[in-house]
Amino acid sequence: MRAVVTVIGKDTVGILHKVSGICAEYNVNVIEVTQSVLQDMFAMIMLVDISMIKGDFSELVEKMTALGTELGLSIHTMHEDIFNSMHSI
Amino acid sequence: MLNVYNILETIRMIQDECLDIRTITMGISLLDCIDTDIDKACEKVYNKIVTKAGNLVKVGQQIETEYGIPIVNKRISVTPIAMLAAACPNGDPVKFAKALQRAADTCGVNFIGGYSALVHKGFSAGDMALIKSIPEALDVTQNLCSSVNIGSTKSGINMDAVKIMGQIVKEAAVRTADRDCIGPAKLVVFCNAVEDNPFMAGAFHGVGEPDCEIHVGVSGPGVVRAALTKYPDASINELADIIKKTAFKITRMGQLVGARASELLGVPFGIVDLSLAPTPAVGDSVAHILEEMGLEMCGTHGTTACLAMLNDAVKKGGVMASSTVGGLSGAFIPVSEDAGMIDAAVAGVLSLEKLEAMTAVCSVGLDMIVVPGDITPETISAIIADEAAIGMVNSKTTAVRLIPAIGKKEGETLEFGGLLGSGPVMPIREKSPAKFINRGGRIPAPMQSLKN
Repeated sequence: MRAVVTVIGKDTVGILHKVSGICAEYNVNVIEVTQSVLQDMFAMIMLVDISMIKGDFSELVEKMTALGTELGLSIHTMHEDIFNSMHSI
Repeated sequence: MLNVYNILETIRMIQDECLDIRTITMGISLLDCIDTDIDKACEKVYNKIVTKAGNLVKVGQQIETEYGIPIVNKRISVTPIAMLAAACPNGDPVKFAKALQRAADTCGVNFIGGYSALVHKGFSAGDMALIKSIPEALDVTQNLCSSVNIGSTKSGINMDAVKIMGQIVKEAAVRTADRDCIGPAKLVVFCNAVEDNPFMAGAFHGVGEPDCEIHVGVSGPGVVRAALTKYPDASINELADIIKKTAFKITRMGQLVGARASELLGVPFGIVDLSLAPTPAVGDSVAHILEEMGLEMCGTHGTTACLAMLNDAVKKGGVMASSTVGGLSGAFIPVSEDAGMIDAAVAGVLSLEKLEAMTAVCSVGLDMIVVPGDITPETISAIIADEAAIGMVNSKTTAVRLIPAIGKKEGETLEFGGLLGSGPVMPIREKSPAKFINRGGRIPAPMQSLKN
């Protein structure tokens, strides 16, 4: 089971550190990270493995959203199935 | 497999273009709750609904978090209550309405539908009592929805029922005049009603359906419009292709959510209804899609053609995405629930007659239209008969949900709030159809060949 974490917003110090910190806290393994900074806009997409997650997936989602609010970024954590079903036949 | 563009597209659809799952609706059969003692029957109804749908809202919320997609409504549809009322001829059907409301409150759902009767060919035991009780039932409950099927392509139109429904719609408005006439906003009069519709107010659980199942209604007018905006100079067949592709993506999401809900609730998956259901929110309007196609304002000449193309393209894309497409599936045109339609009606560009023409090619019918409060029951009946005739002859579902604005005249507005929005009072013809309506009887079923 995998999930996709997307982070979009203004670039600041330590975004990747904080997001991956939450992943580690929940025993969620980071598989792949794509990151780009255009001018000062930061966009990161992180593919994570949630099969060994400690605690509830919904807790992780809430924690990520809260981090987004704190840093003034938009952070979405969604199950990968939604992207697979929408974009592949 | 996953690429950045696709991920961002999905997020943009949800975040900026109002993509959502409009409803997950649990259909529950109440046939095993029939009892000659109405109080016992009500108790069984309450218990069955609470047992089956107790977890519905919780599961809905869980899926919302898992996939990051809003599920706006959680709803329940039940067997037409007239069938249960038939077994207790001396009981007051409103007791069932109260039991359903109680069950809806316990489960925490937004709406419960099925205070319904199917009388397209005639009245059986329980039907008349139930229909007569509709105004009171809608008055004393908040989340209950009611529907009556008065015609079908196979059996014609029951004009006796059409006559009564005109009176019922008016009475429902009068009884709730102090609450912006909310009563008739929860009442739909159908021709060719479908048995697996997840959308309110017309949802009921048909007798041909299994004991319990889960339906999903997807929405996304904003997404379709945004997709069209990117191609300002495309030809109409190119637009149709874009709509198909967008409808495909939206429906796939509905399919995913339905399958997951079915798994979590341990209930079979019924259908995905891929309707473009507008809301009064900015950017969630079907009228704006039509305007994006090149109409200065929805309701002008060309609207019917644009809507026909939209409705068909939505179905084609959706059918490819899910093997269990059902319900009403297409584009809804509820006036008060669509920001673009409201503007067009206020500007006088969108008329009742144009809406009637549009219903010949859209997925349902005259929906959420506010009419003057002094409208006669016969005129309401005649509007119902016109609309049912379109459905009957074209072998499609049509419906009427009119709201007589008691105490208001043309130019004034009714405010419902929430998903129901607000509607300007639209003008109607003054001449009386009373003699036609009072004749009673049945319009015979139409020819199914020699079609011109």
